[in-house]
Amino acid sequence: MSIDQIRETFVLEARELLQSMDECLLRMEKAPADKETVDALFRSVHTIKGSGGMLEFDPIVDFAHVVESLLGMIRDGRVPITKDLIALLLSCGDHLGVLVDTVAERGADPDPDVLTRGQAFIERLNVYATAVSDQPVSMQVPKVRNENWHISLRFGRDVLRHGMDPLSVSRYLQTLGEIVSVTSLFDAMPNADQVDAESCYLGLELDFKSDADKQTISEAFEFVRDQCQVRILSPHSRVSDYVDLINALPEDKNRLGELLVESGALTAEELQEGLHIQRCPAGVRFNDCVYKRDGFCDGKQCLSDPTVRRRFAFAGGDVKSRPAPDHVPASEDERREIVNSAPEKQKRGGEQRRQERNFIRIPADKLDLLINLVGELVIASASTALRARQAGNSELVESASLVTRLVDEIRGNSLQLRMVPIGDTFSRFKRVVHDLSRELNKDIEIVVSGADTELDKTVVERISDPLMHLVRNAIDHGIEPADRRVALGKSATGTLKLNAFHDSGIIIIEVSDDGAGLNRETILAHAVERGLVDPEQTLSEDDIYKLIFEPGFSTAEYITSLSGRGVGMDVVRKSVEALRGTIEIETRQGAGTTIRIRLPLTLAIIEGFLMAVGNTSYVVPLDMVVECVELDETHISRGRNYIDLRGEVLPFLRLRDQFQDRSAVARRENIVVVQYAGHKAGLVVDKLMGEFQTVIRPLGKIFDNLPGISGTTILGSGEVALILDVPSLVQHVSKMESLSVRH
Amino acid sequence: MTIEVEISEGLHRLKVSGELNIYTAVEFKQQLLEQLARAPRVEIDLSQVSEIDTAGFQVLYLARREASRDDKPLRLAAASRAVKDVIQAYHMAAYFEHSTKKENA
Repeated sequence: MSIDQIRETFVLEARELLQSMDECLLRMEKAPADKETVDALFRSVHTIKGSGGMLEFDPIVDFAHVVESLLGMIRDGRVPITKDLIALLLSCGDHLGVLVDTVAERGADPDPDVLTRGQAFIERLNVYATAVSDQPVSMQVPKVRNENWHISLRFGRDVLRHGMDPLSVSRYLQTLGEIVSVTSLFDAMPNADQVDAESCYLGLELDFKSDADKQTISEAFEFVRDQCQVRILSPHSRVSDYVDLINALPEDKNRLGELLVESGALTAEELQEGLHIQRCPAGVRFNDCVYKRDGFCDGKQCLSDPTVRRRFAFAGGDVKSRPAPDHVPASEDERREIVNSAPEKQKRGGEQRRQERNFIRIPADKLDLLINLVGELVIASASTALRARQAGNSELVESASLVTRLVDEIRGNSLQLRMVPIGDTFSRFKRVVHDLSRELNKDIEIVVSGADTELDKTVVERISDPLMHLVRNAIDHGIEPADRRVALGKSATGTLKLNAFHDSGIIIIEVSDDGAGLNRETILAHAVERGLVDPEQTLSEDDIYKLIFEPGFSTAEYITSLSGRGVGMDVVRKSVEALRGTIEIETRQGAGTTIRIRLPLTLAIIEGFLMAVGNTSYVVPLDMVVECVELDETHISRGRNYIDLRGEVLPFLRLRDQFQDRSAVARRENIVVVQYAGHKAGLVVDKLMGEFQTVIRPLGKIFDNLPGISGTTILGSGEVALILDVPSLVQHVSKMESLSVRH
Repeated sequence: MTIEVEISEGLHRLKVSGELNIYTAVEFKQQLLEQLARAPRVEIDLSQVSEIDTAGFQVLYLARREASRDDKPLRLAAASRAVKDVIQAYHMAAYFEHSTKKENA
């Protein structure tokens, strides 16, 4: 792994950890007493600090350290959890996110104002810390005086067998600088009769003086990297990094500590400081530690003796002559010690490893490439099947159909790979709801259902912002302030529901609130004022509500309108439509609003139904086809574009007219009945050709305004077929129908 | 790699010559430990060692460790340039030196 890859992994991990930090904090608000949540929270921040330290992202480590210290106090029950504290910690998480973006992702130093903001957060955290211990948390982890690199090597057993000699590593290092001290460790060597003379049991602790950068030094170990554990600490690393190193190495901790002091990597004081910082429950510097006068703070005891921590807690009560922390009884502390002890750690490690084995991280572009190839494969196999049929070779037809079936399975499986549950997106909104309801002083509960519903990753990414906007709207304008709700006889707590489910090849996402609902009159009045509708026009309920999606409508100030946050509802609609989806509103004045988004599951490949008019082929998504019937002229109402379908009125559209196809009308025509969002419509075509695996190719920009066509696909024969935009066609037909009814 | 043994008054003098490396390590270990087991006191002469690598050095370390464990006097009587270099590279002179002192004491 190169440094860049490690950095990338760090950024990914840190983002996940920050996400989980958010979740923990939100959970904590509901259940402050839940020990596991607090522990998980602590672990998230601790891990960011730890891995940030390995990569020397100092600003991240420094800030994370302060947050971690306070979390330590919370964990020990010394700082009570309040809503304000949670809000502050949420902002601290955001600040860490900013630092991760700048320092880790872009490799830049944070702006001065970012640092100022960080300092402000630290001061606010200190208010909580000093309230209980007189010990501010704003100390930086001290760094060691040692100006040399410290390199710790544990060679793999097979190094020698593979013709590599650790001696050559130290020889190479000498070309980069001066090896100041070497300590060889053979602790890994077993009893004489078990020693395999060809195996390597060597470990080295090197102190190395060099001006080379970390990358260069680390490259010295490139050729043994696979078979060797290499740990490199920069000059003036933090003492805690050394302690982490000691803990990570297999040898006896006390011996390693002594050895580092002996070799000059650390001074005895620094070692003590490091051990103290790691173990001291107050998380303060050794020199400032109020407990050490009792003599309990020499790091070795801390490392080995679990009772030390308990004594700390008691000493804290006595020394500072504060009321003894009765709410932190010894048994609680003991329990924690037991929890923290090795078996638990092993168990956790085991679980983590299992998870690692179950999941593989794959860059999204690799998957995209695979999907594209599968798309090509679908087309190629369709073409093979067609040729086989044309050749009339029955054996060839048979094997081609086997290929087609397999390709079909591959297509399904590979699309499945890109499916992600929408739950992650939903849980991000929990944070928004929390922050906004705090800001607006509203009491809002968020209810999530269908979080497991899966859809294409690309779709998830592109729907996230519009959803966010809907959520903000619901909170800002939908749900009323608590007093108003009570006055209206509703419960004081507003509810925001997020729901997702699958329905015949599409996914439906609902954002609903139990707020004021849309006001029909105000919307209409507003639309007339803006010249969007003619005052004389009679509009259906649906059409009126749809007006809020019109451009120009977004910054309106009327009751349930939309926040002036830059994106209006028209942008929401456009985003949804760009995903070949639709949006609808269901609202009851005074009772709430539900906004329903329908989206296709994937953007790449669909099951299509192929049909033709003249020489042109058309495809509609198979899921939307209800039935096909022969067009019987006698059933057509005269001059009207609808037929009587078993007693039901079915409006229809002739594709020949719609697309101005001038080919001769076929002797027999068929109607394909399609359904979308509760409306049915018939499409009149010449020929029905059946199901077809359709790889969607988007239309070029110049076709953007072409109504009724959403894309193209290539048939097995190499010809192009047009993919019909069923939602817009159905809408068009319904509109034609209502117009003709009115005239 | 060969080991010649000279015995006088309970002191086994092991004269090692040739190459001590990954190719000879298995044999070196076996012979050295065998000799060690037989001897009440050991002196190892490494002046005729033409080449030594980490594998060879590990066997020397092992012999030294086993001798300490059994409280058996062992010292390096002489070492060729190659041996000295390796001992210095691993900063293990003191470890082998220690035995000399112990024996003298």
